[in-house]
Amino acid sequence: MHLLLKDNIDEQMLLLGNEAIARGALEAGLSFAAAYPGTPSSEIAFQFFQISRESDLYFEYSANEKVALEVAAGAAMCGLRTMVTMKHVGLNVASDALMTLAYTGIAGSLVLVVADDPFMFSSQNEQDSRYYGKLSGLPMLEPSTVAEAKEMTRYAFDLSEDLKLPVLLRTTTRINHSSGVVTLGPLIKRKTTGVFKKDPFNYVCIPAVSRNLHPKLLEKIEKARDIADNISWNRIEGSGRRGIVCSGVSYGYVSDAVKDLGGEDGFKILRIGFSHPFPEKMVLQFIEGCEKVLVVEEGEPFLEEAVGNCAQKVGLTLPIKGKGKGLFSRLYEYDPALVKRVIAEYFNCSFKQSHPIRVDDLPEAPPRPPNLCAGCPHRATYVAVREVFGDDAIYPTDIGCYTLGLLPPLNMGDFLIAMGAGIGTAGGFARATGRKVVSFIGDSTFFHSGLSPLASAVFNNHEFTVVILDNGTTAMTGHQPHPGADIEHLGLPNTRISIETAVKGLGVEKVLTVNPLKHRKMMEAIKELADYKGVSVLIARAPCPLNERSFPGYKKNRPFQIKPEKCRNHRDCVNKVACPAFYLENDRVFIDTNRCEGCAFCVQFCPENAILPVTPENRRES
Amino acid sequence: MNTVKLMIVAVGGQGNILAARMIGEAALAADVPVRMSEFHGMAQRGGVVESMVLLGEGKSYCIADGDTDVLIAFEPSETIRAAKKCTAGSMVITNISQVPPYTVALGKAQYPDVKAAVKLLSGRVKKLIAFDATSLAVNAGSVLSLNMVMLGALVQSKAVPLSPDLFYKTIREKTKKAFVDVNLKAFESGMKAAGN
Repeated sequence: MHLLLKDNIDEQMLLLGNEAIARGALEAGLSFAAAYPGTPSSEIAFQFFQISRESDLYFEYSANEKVALEVAAGAAMCGLRTMVTMKHVGLNVASDALMTLAYTGIAGSLVLVVADDPFMFSSQNEQDSRYYGKLSGLPMLEPSTVAEAKEMTRYAFDLSEDLKLPVLLRTTTRINHSSGVVTLGPLIKRKTTGVFKKDPFNYVCIPAVSRNLHPKLLEKIEKARDIADNISWNRIEGSGRRGIVCSGVSYGYVSDAVKDLGGEDGFKILRIGFSHPFPEKMVLQFIEGCEKVLVVEEGEPFLEEAVGNCAQKVGLTLPIKGKGKGLFSRLYEYDPALVKRVIAEYFNCSFKQSHPIRVDDLPEAPPRPPNLCAGCPHRATYVAVREVFGDDAIYPTDIGCYTLGLLPPLNMGDFLIAMGAGIGTAGGFARATGRKVVSFIGDSTFFHSGLSPLASAVFNNHEFTVVILDNGTTAMTGHQPHPGADIEHLGLPNTRISIETAVKGLGVEKVLTVNPLKHRKMMEAIKELADYKGVSVLIARAPCPLNERSFPGYKKNRPFQIKPEKCRNHRDCVNKVACPAFYLENDRVFIDTNRCEGCAFCVQFCPENAILPVTPENRRES
Repeated sequence: MNTVKLMIVAVGGQGNILAARMIGEAALAADVPVRMSEFHGMAQRGGVVESMVLLGEGKSYCIADGDTDVLIAFEPSETIRAAKKCTAGSMVITNISQVPPYTVALGKAQYPDVKAAVKLLSGRVKKLIAFDATSLAVNAGSVLSLNMVMLGALVQSKAVPLSPDLFYKTIREKTKKAFVDVNLKAFESGMKAAGN
């Protein structure tokens, strides 16, 4: 049985933040969930995926976040308890549906988890999703601990059902990927089927309908504000004239810092857990009697501005600060030492600063950047495209493992902003420069948001080549299925969509499919597409070696080694292929047979044919 | 009890996350408050993995520079990278067996003089335990048991308020059946190494 289906009420478990959120949803009677994976949210969906295979929970990996939200919205309109999970930038994709879903509202409940990534541990930006609460008018909850993440998730469903609105549960990486002790509550029986009550003049958002719905949303926001003003997620701790307003993980830093500063008596903390609509009454009650207020929040000055507005409305002029010189930054994550220092300086208390040991005279640690794995077919694709076009072509790229092609010696990747934008921007680069443009996109990303820009490019008669790096999985986030992936080995029905058929259906006439590990064939294909007038597509297809290990009947390929007596140290293998299985010893190249996946790509580069498969007889002990 | 802040650094594949989890589970079993966070970025693709474990009262999930009580490093160049987390009162437990990043393996970067670095470091922290944990893991039956060797050393150092018995039990209950024997052996050899 799945760990999160344990029905031992009051048992304490050590759970990851994302597991706690999943458990909270199950305790609320979640029956329908959908997601597109994205760090740091992916583990929530993964729990649902596993649980759906042994229970009546419905879960799907949707093609993108917008579809995930829409499919859940449909089920929520029929009265089900639904959840969608995504990373912060995923909400940009889903936002179109969300804005108007706020108008129609829902019949059952819908909780949207949006996971922000301050410091961008694995993201392209560190946007602050709290503004989506304001933008959409929807209630937003923000847990400060792992245990609270579970409780808040469970509550979010009740709130959603009560207000008939989707509820946003906003986390940051430091909640998603933290672990803490969680006390299990009872699991509720799921309601897995629902009824849709037709009500087109409240649900079909033509202008005349929406004009009636917007005021209704405003009414719901005021009802939600009233809840926010009275709910214990927003609470005042301590008493004193030094006020600190905080939310999310910052609350933990503040709480520990205040204790450390020994001034628990002088400090009053307002922890905001229900951050939109903003609890104005509670905030006013809090700041009255404070001599000054500090707002501690990672990201943008979201609370700071709201607190300032509250004070201004009643003519309070006390200092309210958060972001600024000598205070907090809008950049990156905070940590306990930083928060303690700023609190101490702002409120003029003495404090013991931590003193890191001297490290400037230690030898430098070598960089350890992530790299395309040994045996990764993406490396082979990049090597071949670089052989043909070098630096002459422009290479817009996309989001996935293959973004690592940016690193030397491959140097493949000139522009990266968003899912699907590799294809979208390609037309602009090609028109503006007249140069060859080769755009890279992964198979999962292609189904996520590559279809529309490809159709648009064909329709608008652009001229560039799209390379679809098809490794049969969403590798970067942990090998989740997607519409082009074969999932029969998981015991799931084969509903795979052929990328070739999709591409041709969008009007691309020139489509080639090659296994990139076969270098000569790959080179021929790229050359064939080099001067093609119009949009051409090259599907570079070979499975992800990490994913392949989970296939039934998987057998590791025989690894290769370098025969020292044949190797003349040309180093084409190292300089062009740069597979992480190579290493240098006494200025000679060797292959780490434990890391070699036996893909045989490098073999095709050695001018001396010195790279040979390992056999029991010739194994070189390294 | 005072909060004990542990930081574990390793290379992807060395079992950092499981090691942290063992400490967390042992703490839960002993009723010691525990909070942890992990960062694995693109670990499967050769990156650095970082775990933080905080034992005792408190609400933070992470540790600032100069605020670590125990730094446990599964790889010596990662010890150097994480050294700024330490303070004069820190304990450092480090493996000395190297896993050079591919930048070094391909001659694009220099691997540091680990011996010199460890010597410098040991004069700056309260205690430093350095040993070849990888060999001990291999001797215990699998290089994958490196994390258990490091846990053994941690427990022996008495830096955490958790007994060896608690870890024996946790290893038996929470690691894969097929690996329990190797793991226990590795854990014991780590204890022995840190006891010398």
